[in-house]
Amino acid sequence: MNLRRRMRVPLVITVCLMIAGISLAAAMQSVQIKSGVLRATPSFLGKVVAKVVYGDRVEALGNKNGWSKVRPPAGVKNSGWIHDSALTYKKILLTAGQSDVAQGATGKEIALAGKGFNEQVEREFKAQNPQLDFKMIDQLEKIIVSDDQMQRFLEAGRVRPQGGAQQ
Amino acid sequence: MKTSRREFLRTLGRLTRWSAGIFPFAGLLSSCKTLDTVSTIGAQVGAATGVLTESQAQSIQKSGKAVARSFEDITPEQEYYIGRTVGARILKKYSAYPNKSATAYVNQIGQSLARVSDLPETFAGYHFMIQDSDEINALASPGGLVFVTRGMLRCCRSEDAVAAVLAHEIGHVQRRHGLQAIKKSRITSALTTLGIEGTKTLGGQELSELTETFEKSISDITQTLINNGYSRKFEHQADKDAVIITKRLGYDPNGLVDMLKEMENRLKPGRIDFVKTHPLPERRIADISPVLGAPAMIPEARQRRFQKAFAGV
Repeated sequence: MNLRRRMRVPLVITVCLMIAGISLAAAMQSVQIKSGVLRATPSFLGKVVAKVVYGDRVEALGNKNGWSKVRPPAGVKNSGWIHDSALTYKKILLTAGQSDVAQGATGKEIALAGKGFNEQVEREFKAQNPQLDFKMIDQLEKIIVSDDQMQRFLEAGRVRPQGGAQQ
Repeated sequence: MKTSRREFLRTLGRLTRWSAGIFPFAGLLSSCKTLDTVSTIGAQVGAATGVLTESQAQSIQKSGKAVARSFEDITPEQEYYIGRTVGARILKKYSAYPNKSATAYVNQIGQSLARVSDLPETFAGYHFMIQDSDEINALASPGGLVFVTRGMLRCCRSEDAVAAVLAHEIGHVQRRHGLQAIKKSRITSALTTLGIEGTKTLGGQELSELTETFEKSISDITQTLINNGYSRKFEHQADKDAVIITKRLGYDPNGLVDMLKEMENRLKPGRIDFVKTHPLPERRIADISPVLGAPAMIPEARQRRFQKAFAGV
């Protein structure tokens, strides 16, 4: 009996440590898209309850079908759902100090915003390739179908998403 | 019974102790030794000769470890800048078709499809453009810029077929096929330069090296997209994705077959642009037929708006 107990102790401690480690790692995530929204339901046409921007830290509260329910960063009121593809476990540093660089360069836990192929590189590239039309690309990026337009468009065409608007 | 349980617990305890000892080394084993060594030596030389500051040298040593990974390490933000420039290159080959209502229609279909894909969120979203060309072609730039020629849209006889074409391109985006065309050596060299913080501390030399790597990476992608085409495996994956994505949104995936049949009729001998970058339509039809299901009736309202939107296309 004593022997069995002694066996259990390291097992229990290890399992506890592993769970604690996993939950700590899973708790905080960063928004890795330019701007996004939190929705009331885990659905692509769910009501928008909050807005988030690149680099925002959010806390995961739950997960369903590739969507995470998250607590927003300080200053944003409502919790809501966002698709996992908008999130990363890395911490995104928008303005990195020198000490962050050494960590950031490994890329595992930290990503430096504006690192690498960025606006400055694009500017340099544009200067060398003036024949390319980036204005047209800027215009293209401005074409955004709003939630309302999308909903009306799908309904008018009798396009019915599987499980309603759920993904 | 008791003995076997005790034995089980004993084994479990032993395994737990072993695993606690093994885990810290697992990460080390996965890093690429050669690259680490090269970047360490390079950075040490740089620091010793005064070309780099000590902290910059440390960054490069660190980034050498990052190099051991691949295109998956390109962040959505970097993918966005790559995609914009690939898009600008595509526009050099195919100019925009200035038809606002047709463009709005294509974006309503495409952006709805993207929302139910496996990668609904990219750095700056999905956007769709029609190109003023009779050639049959459709191209997806990393990050979600999609370009479809009028020639391709003429192969579509329904909204469901248009949806299939766009969903196929979304498939290439969500699987990051474009980024996989970049030669590994370029990602290596980019990440080495990138070890130094952003571009704020990049002098002219580093910036021009990085821009050169950028330009070559863009060429790798456009060469594949426009001239060589993806592998047959990638095309098949994108076709399968098209079936899944169109089904999820509520379109009939048979639209893809309908489009491919029409394309076969329209592909004239000598018009090789699409043929040289894609498997033949009949092969594609044979490959996806097993997962299609029975064709559905297309609602009249949907067909009417399709005809209206594409009247001039």
